[in-house]
Amino acid sequence: MISVYHYMILSAILFSIGTFGVLTRKNMIVIFMCIELMLNSVNLTFIALSRHLGNMDGQIFVFFVMTVAAAEAAVGLALIIAFYRNKESVEVDDFNLLKW
Amino acid sequence: MYSNLWLIPFFPLVGSIINGLFGKKIKNEKVIGTIGTVAIFLSFLVSCQNFFRLLGDSEKVHQQVIASWMSVGNLQVDWGFLLDPLSALMIMVVTGVGSLIHLYSIGYMHGEVGFYRFFSYLNLFCFSMLMLVLGSNALVMFIGWEGVGLCSYLLIGYYFEKKSAGDAAKKAFVVNRIGDFGFLCGLLTLFWALGSKGVWTLNFVEISENAHLLPSGGILITVITLCFFLGATGKSAQLPLYTWLPDAMEGPTPVSALIHAATMVTAGVYMIARMNILFAMAPTTMMVIAIVGAATAIFAASIGFAQNDIKRVLAYSTVSQLGFMFLAMGVGAFTAGVFHLMTHAFFKACLFLGSGSVIHGMHHGFHHAHLHDDPQDMRNMGGLSKKMPITYWTFLLSTIAIAGVPLFSAFFSKDEILWWAFGSTRGHWGLWLVGVIAAGMTAFYMFRCVSMTFWGPQKTNAKARDHIPESPWTITLPLIVLAFLAVVGGYVGVPAVLGGANHIHHYFEPVFGHAQELFRIEAHGTHATEYATMAISVLIAFVGIGIAIYMYLKRPELPGKFTSAFAGLHKTVYNKWYVDELYDFLFVNPCKKIGTFLWKGFDVCVVDGVVNGCGWVVKGLSSGLRYTQSGLLHNYAVAMVVGVVVMVGYYVFG
Repeated sequence: MISVYHYMILSAILFSIGTFGVLTRKNMIVIFMCIELMLNSVNLTFIALSRHLGNMDGQIFVFFVMTVAAAEAAVGLALIIAFYRNKESVEVDDFNLLKW
Repeated sequence: MYSNLWLIPFFPLVGSIINGLFGKKIKNEKVIGTIGTVAIFLSFLVSCQNFFRLLGDSEKVHQQVIASWMSVGNLQVDWGFLLDPLSALMIMVVTGVGSLIHLYSIGYMHGEVGFYRFFSYLNLFCFSMLMLVLGSNALVMFIGWEGVGLCSYLLIGYYFEKKSAGDAAKKAFVVNRIGDFGFLCGLLTLFWALGSKGVWTLNFVEISENAHLLPSGGILITVITLCFFLGATGKSAQLPLYTWLPDAMEGPTPVSALIHAATMVTAGVYMIARMNILFAMAPTTMMVIAIVGAATAIFAASIGFAQNDIKRVLAYSTVSQLGFMFLAMGVGAFTAGVFHLMTHAFFKACLFLGSGSVIHGMHHGFHHAHLHDDPQDMRNMGGLSKKMPITYWTFLLSTIAIAGVPLFSAFFSKDEILWWAFGSTRGHWGLWLVGVIAAGMTAFYMFRCVSMTFWGPQKTNAKARDHIPESPWTITLPLIVLAFLAVVGGYVGVPAVLGGANHIHHYFEPVFGHAQELFRIEAHGTHATEYATMAISVLIAFVGIGIAIYMYLKRPELPGKFTSAFAGLHKTVYNKWYVDELYDFLFVNPCKKIGTFLWKGFDVCVVDGVVNGCGWVVKGLSSGLRYTQSGLLHNYAVAMVVGVVVMVGYYVFG
């Protein structure tokens, strides 16, 4: 029987993978995908708990998160393209102009 | 009846403003000079009117209030003018001599770049001086007092592009500040002392009327008058604050004549005369004044022996003559002191203007010959009597007057002072002796000056010799008028012992009579003693003249022998007894050291240290912190994750 705990555990695993990816990968597109993974793991938590608690608020929040994620994807990809045009690279280490 | 008093200072003020604001645009020297001269001449006319009206009036003290200045509690200070015999005489001298010197300046300052500036300052000076002598209360007087100091500074530094002129101006101003400090201390102490007796006033008439509230001869009145006297020593160049006056000769010659001989430097004498009742109440102060005056008279005269610059000789002569005036004040001979002030204004203004005429001629000669000799050095002169006859005769007459030759003005005034020094109840034979010796020295150095300048062989460079002209009429006319006054000015005060009526004594009765009567200040002695003292001073004057003529005319090699025989003494006197060096050592250099310490020690280390320290602390902290701004995305991401973990951990486990 799959209980809400299994969902929680799956969600935690997905979130950790996403975080790990953000911290370790250099390619900006991969980092971007990892962030999406983290967002979706949070969505999974919302839905599972909404179902478990019989409260629809969590599902409404998921819509918000998806909207934000869509906007973020659009803006983020646009930025990446702009970076790429400048530096011919999507490696994050190449974008360090704001340091001292 | 005396309602037009305010016009007297008003005209020069207007003249000063017009020339100061528009002079640069007017440009035309004749227009500028006329505006300045007419302004002061109008004042002179109004002064004459008031003076003669006062002579015929039985009521001798008049006050006119223009406007209220401030009203604080019981204190009421007005913009007020006071006309009494003393101020009436002073405005006559200031506007009369002032008019002549303005006229003279048109010729003398011809072609100067700052012509309009000069006339603006000169008018402003006359305004300040008239405020000083006409002010009915001490605050109006103080405005004038500070105003003349400012104008003196501006005019000494007229040739400001010359470093020595700028330095002299600063010196005059700083030394005068010391005196002004004394003046203010005295004024405030007097104000407080009278106020604590219930009389809050700064008005001179009220001060005189209420002076009896203060204990006569007490420590309080002594301190007050000593403070005032300190003010007078600064303004009137007495020991120990006289050093600024000889340096003030850096200014143009008309300035030396007007400010540093005839008017401003007599402000201290005037101030003491104005508050004569307070000084009469403090015998100790009077004694100090008499001693300082006598010491200054002889000390400055001794320096005059060895100077070669014609204006410097006259400058030390002025200091010495001012010493005579203070001697007079100190022995209670207020009338004689003011009398000498007046005659001195005539003959010393004439002497200075004469020296200016000589310098003008010498400068013309050297300029013509393209030489760079010093036109003020008497060793370059000699034999000028034929070149500039009018200058010569006026200069000679004034010299005879200052030397104290009988029937000339200074004979009457100086003799009156010496007689009081000897016979006054506040006098002493020692003071008289010093005075007589100083008078003899005056005769000597003045005739030395005339001999070196006008008599004997001409020592001017041969190229320039024949190009020394007599000065134009704007220069010679004031000389003639002043020389005339220098000769006859003394006849208003022919003493009774010589069969005169001593008009000036009666004239000043309403001002000085009260104090002299109250404190029994009078000169007593038989006619025989008076004749004897007179004879001695005349004799010593002639001895001085004789030695000067013998040494510098008959045996011109004598001075050289004398100086080589007493080389050390001559060098000391030539260098003015090293007083400037002494003051540098005692006051100026320590002040500079304190200043340098405050600058490099306090300001740079402490003040700047605190300010810069704040900067350095912030800079140090931020230079440590800036390593966190690596610019690497991963570092920020790690920081975020760690932060989130810590915060969540705190909520979950804390």
